[in-house]
Amino acid sequence: MGMEQYRRMVDRRKQWLLLAGAAVWLGLPWLVFGNNYVLSTLILIGLYALVSTGMTLLMGYAGQISLGQAAFYGIGAYASAYLTAHAGWSPWLALAAGAVLAALVALVVGIPVFRLREHYLALATLGFGVIMFTFFKEWKGITGGLNGFFGIPTIRIGGFSLQSDLHFYYLVSLFVLAGLWFAHNIVRSRVGRALRAIHGSEVAASSLGVNITKYKLQIFMLSAVYASIAGSLYAHYVTFINPDLFGIVPSIYFLIMVVIGGSAHVWGGLIGAAVYVCLGEWLKAVVPLLLPNAGGEFEIVFFGLLLVVMLIYMPNGLTGVVAKGMSKILEMSRHQKKQVAPTENHNARSIGGERG
Amino acid sequence: MSAVLLEVEQLSKSFGGVQAVQNVSFHVKKEEIVAVIGPNGAGKTTLFNMISGIIPPTSGLVRFQGAVVTGKKPHELATLGMTRTFQNLQLFSDMTVVENVMVGFHPRLKSGILSAGFRLPRTVKEENEAREQAFSCLEQVGLVHLAWKRAGTLPYGMQRLVEIARAAVSRPSLILLDEPMAGLNPQESKQLVDVLLAMREQGFTFLFVEHDMETVMSIADRIVVLDYGKKIAEGSPGEIARHPDVIKAYLGEEAARC
Repeated sequence: MGMEQYRRMVDRRKQWLLLAGAAVWLGLPWLVFGNNYVLSTLILIGLYALVSTGMTLLMGYAGQISLGQAAFYGIGAYASAYLTAHAGWSPWLALAAGAVLAALVALVVGIPVFRLREHYLALATLGFGVIMFTFFKEWKGITGGLNGFFGIPTIRIGGFSLQSDLHFYYLVSLFVLAGLWFAHNIVRSRVGRALRAIHGSEVAASSLGVNITKYKLQIFMLSAVYASIAGSLYAHYVTFINPDLFGIVPSIYFLIMVVIGGSAHVWGGLIGAAVYVCLGEWLKAVVPLLLPNAGGEFEIVFFGLLLVVMLIYMPNGLTGVVAKGMSKILEMSRHQKKQVAPTENHNARSIGGERG
Repeated sequence: MSAVLLEVEQLSKSFGGVQAVQNVSFHVKKEEIVAVIGPNGAGKTTLFNMISGIIPPTSGLVRFQGAVVTGKKPHELATLGMTRTFQNLQLFSDMTVVENVMVGFHPRLKSGILSAGFRLPRTVKEENEAREQAFSCLEQVGLVHLAWKRAGTLPYGMQRLVEIARAAVSRPSLILLDEPMAGLNPQESKQLVDVLLAMREQGFTFLFVEHDMETVMSIADRIVVLDYGKKIAEGSPGEIARHPDVIKAYLGEEAARC
């Protein structure tokens, strides 16, 4: 068979997947009969997926860690809230301004922080999260402090105001698609290779011409932009925010989503977010039945345990497991085809001539 | 007489009170294969790490293509045309063989995070070029059929060839090889020697550190001998084999054992 045929087969499969994906995406709201509870859950998944897709690039591909990602989520949310409610900006302009601000903060924080590695890097980013949380809490003139920020206007497109969950579902999922597309492009480019090279061996990456510091900073900034955009959308969706949403615990939850999803594929962030949100909703329904006196803390205990179990038994997350299974199936089908066609031309040139 | 590519002048490194390398000077000319040899602990790897910018020298200069490059970072040196391999392989084991080699093409490409993220036509063109170059490099070392395998799953000898292809794909003017024969069986060593000699024919220049005397004697044009951090001899393989200090410091041990 040659690679050409194999590629075409994969391409065809991809087209079908794409088509099926589009159908599910468009049809999902009707499938759930416009049920607002389900829609709001889907919106939440989408928002978290944006944050964790950015984090997947940072953690899974570049091998760096951030325990303060909720801070960027918060920067986006407060930038949008303040600029639209108090300064009268358009929500789109405010969203862009939040993203720029988040990227700048990531740059300023990243320069000293990325001199550190591993545990120390984790601690430093945790510290950054604590500091930003304090800012959100205490800078009352802008954030409203612990009382929260009320009356964030809804997003408008032209003269059309996006108020219903259905509208927001489509808006958020468009952002998620764009975010996944962008991340996917990064991964299969020079930049993505550089990131994975840094993850594999910093000294080797550097000796081949990869500027390690530059790429670590850039991908940290990009992950901040993803989080900030999600935060902006969130602010416009719920129209009320308070600092607790952007503290340390949410940062840990983002980390858990990335670990659950894994980084064998850019879809890891979306899968992780979906599993996290669904498990969380399920816990809310089930725990009161089993333990009538359990409080909300049960959730962090459960997800903490899940994090440990995942790291031990499934360090590459769900996408890692799927990718492994897929490659096994592909390998098997290739073996079968070899047996059917033993004269298959496997010499070097026939493969070398292909373009991928 | 071809041009001098690399000049090492009075290079020294001390770790605490220990002088790992002391006032070592030598040069490498274009299309030469120069070997650095010496007993264990003679300072060969330290010397290499200083030349490739991984550790800064305590004193001395490195000049590459006429310009002083002491203190430059490894990625800057790679961009100027100097790459290296490592004694304990540093492959990106989770990436495929061809992806490993494509990382080596990094300095020849320009796509940044935005151009890559939006998949601009420029990026697509660059990606195709990188893949083509990687494949032609793999063909040269005879590994095209393994291009889509994960690098970590290859046998040791092939991993070393991948590492060399990766260091060579950007067509650097100088490649540093840190003990390329370490851990290879005789057959693999021979294959690697053939690859290196073929690459030299195409205009590659090598500076390498090696223990395996047979390889050194058969492929090096010139040999620099270190002992206790100092250069004790330099010359052609024939001269080195007859040099009394070298026999005492290094070959003597081997000769006595054989």
